[in-house]
Amino acid sequence: MSVMVKIINIGMNHETAAVGLRERLATGSYSISKTLASMRELDCIREGLFLSTCNRIEALFTTDSAAKAKESIVSLMSKAANIPEKELMPSLYIFEDTDAVRHIMRVASSLDSMVVGEPQILGQVKEAYVQATREKISGVIINRLMHRSFHAAKRVKTETEICEAAVSISYSAVELAKKIFHVLDGKKALLIGAGEMAELAAKHLIAQGVSSVVVANRTFERAVQVAELFDARPVSFEEIETQLVDVDIVLTSTASPEYVITYPQVKNAFKKRRNRPLFFIDIAVPRDVQPEVNKLENAYVYDIDDLKGVIELNKAQRQQEAIKAERIVQEEVFKFEKWFKTLEVVPTIVSLKDKVEDIIQAELKKSYSSFSDLTPHQIETIQTLMRSIAEKIINDPILYLKRKAERPMLNSYLDVTRNLFNLDQDNEDME
Amino acid sequence: MTFFWFNLALFLELLATGGLIVFLIKQQKKIFRYSYRVLLAGFIFHTIFLISNYFSLGTAPVLDLKSALSFFSWSIICAYLVFQLKFKLKVLGSFVVPFSAFLMIISSAMPWFEGPVKPIFKSLWLTVHVGTVFMGNGLFAIAFLAAIMYLIQENQIKNKSFGSFYKRLPSLATLDSINHYSLLYGFPFLTFGMITGSIYAQYALGKYWQWDPKEVWSLITWLFYAALLHERLAVGWRGRRAAIMSIICFCVLIFTFVGASLLLGGYHSFSSLGAR
Repeated sequence: MSVMVKIINIGMNHETAAVGLRERLATGSYSISKTLASMRELDCIREGLFLSTCNRIEALFTTDSAAKAKESIVSLMSKAANIPEKELMPSLYIFEDTDAVRHIMRVASSLDSMVVGEPQILGQVKEAYVQATREKISGVIINRLMHRSFHAAKRVKTETEICEAAVSISYSAVELAKKIFHVLDGKKALLIGAGEMAELAAKHLIAQGVSSVVVANRTFERAVQVAELFDARPVSFEEIETQLVDVDIVLTSTASPEYVITYPQVKNAFKKRRNRPLFFIDIAVPRDVQPEVNKLENAYVYDIDDLKGVIELNKAQRQQEAIKAERIVQEEVFKFEKWFKTLEVVPTIVSLKDKVEDIIQAELKKSYSSFSDLTPHQIETIQTLMRSIAEKIINDPILYLKRKAERPMLNSYLDVTRNLFNLDQDNEDME
Repeated sequence: MTFFWFNLALFLELLATGGLIVFLIKQQKKIFRYSYRVLLAGFIFHTIFLISNYFSLGTAPVLDLKSALSFFSWSIICAYLVFQLKFKLKVLGSFVVPFSAFLMIISSAMPWFEGPVKPIFKSLWLTVHVGTVFMGNGLFAIAFLAAIMYLIQENQIKNKSFGSFYKRLPSLATLDSINHYSLLYGFPFLTFGMITGSIYAQYALGKYWQWDPKEVWSLITWLFYAALLHERLAVGWRGRRAAIMSIICFCVLIFTFVGASLLLGGYHSFSSLGAR
């Protein structure tokens, strides 16, 4: 009897963990490859994958001994992030089997994202998978599961409108900007840092009438590159403070661990701004804009968690698309489960085939002496004949088992098969 | 007949108030369109009432608190209708019209002023004085209400707590510019009204200025608004601070309008306007 393999997912996302804890994880000094390496060293883990983005951490693995594996993974996470287990536990969720499959598919399809439909997550999941294969810790189950997840994500993207700009973070930021400035025509934006999300938001702002964009980056070359995308003007990091006097919207998304924009800087800028409002969109984790800036008059600071609040406003319109997307994911979960169930049948089928092959070999050996006057070609023909007869005989039992793979009674079918063909080599029965 | 026009105007304005409140909740343009028409009709009857009252009294109908309130209410609606042409901001009506209707209700609860009008009041100067001051007041009322709307909206955006008003209220920039323009246009009206008032005082009482409580408080109000306008134009105040200041200014104005007339006496007080 094969031992049941379990698929387990342990992780945390924007819903279960506060931004503070996520920031600590994002700034943690661990590396993905190191984490994967220590995962591989655990005996209880068969296959694994580790995903870490600014909004989530996911450890996906397969195991034969679930309880032990769960324990080891949690302690691994706590060590990697340098957060005591006790503090970490309440923010974690654990999914098993079908739930784990569904979860990872929802993550890849961006249905579990803070900004549902945001395009970045699929790339991040793919990258995590590439790393897992590079570390040789992914196996047949994870490979299959990840490919099905990418397929599900692609379907969700093309078959629903959930990924449309309407739900993206840039859209909500633009909506907010309009509630502050009424129209964005002639407004100036400052883009600090780069990244897919920030570029998307900047494009959206320009489409809504923002007339000039200034790009700042830690490395000036990168600023020049990004600036070319928007016909913008690149500036150095040191010029940010002077730019704060002129611009109306500041979009930040750097990987900087400390604040890029501080309270005193903005306070100074306001003296020269004649109180014109200044809107900060901070999509970086850890945050780039010091939260106290929001306390300044006419300054409005929105970080990624705040924007979520805005997004919830147009939730109703998206309900329909969400149902559709969940249905697609459910379909893909079913397909994967179907394949996964056949995995349980595989060992039995393999033993059956092995046994047949053994018998063939043994019988051939016995009759070998009488083959002496046959040509090699004739011997080959006899072998082929034996094999095809044997295969025909076991073909129907194999098909039968595969068909029963999804049935709850599968285990008893497997039992009968193993006893009937004596696959477990019981010595007493041999007599 | 005059009372009939008053009651008709009151009825229609209350109806429009109800409609605009329903519009605020339901957000259906159709409701706004109907309410707006009802309001227009109410405003026309209100105007007819004022004109007929003007001719029957021989002067501007502002000699008692009742008439003054009704005139105030009329001037707010008048200012609103002008703003509606410029800003096309439906939600403003849901704040302004209830406020002016509230003034009308108070007005309707008061007794009618009966009796002869002193000849001294039958002057074009009085009409011009009162007309311009009230137009200024109407605009300041709009500024006041826009300031309240601004504070509600700003509070939501600042604290990231999006209540049901977030979608219904316009952008901060719009509210701030309504506040700005109503101050900018209201202030010359008030100034002009005070100048014509003092000319009228010279002509009727022989003195430009006689430290009458209403005169003093009007000057204080004027100084408050002058300070606010100065801060806005020269220093660059805007947003929250300007909104709070315009609410304070309006409170001073209301005190001047009601308090100074009722409590402090003087020749402007309604009792003296009617009695002698």
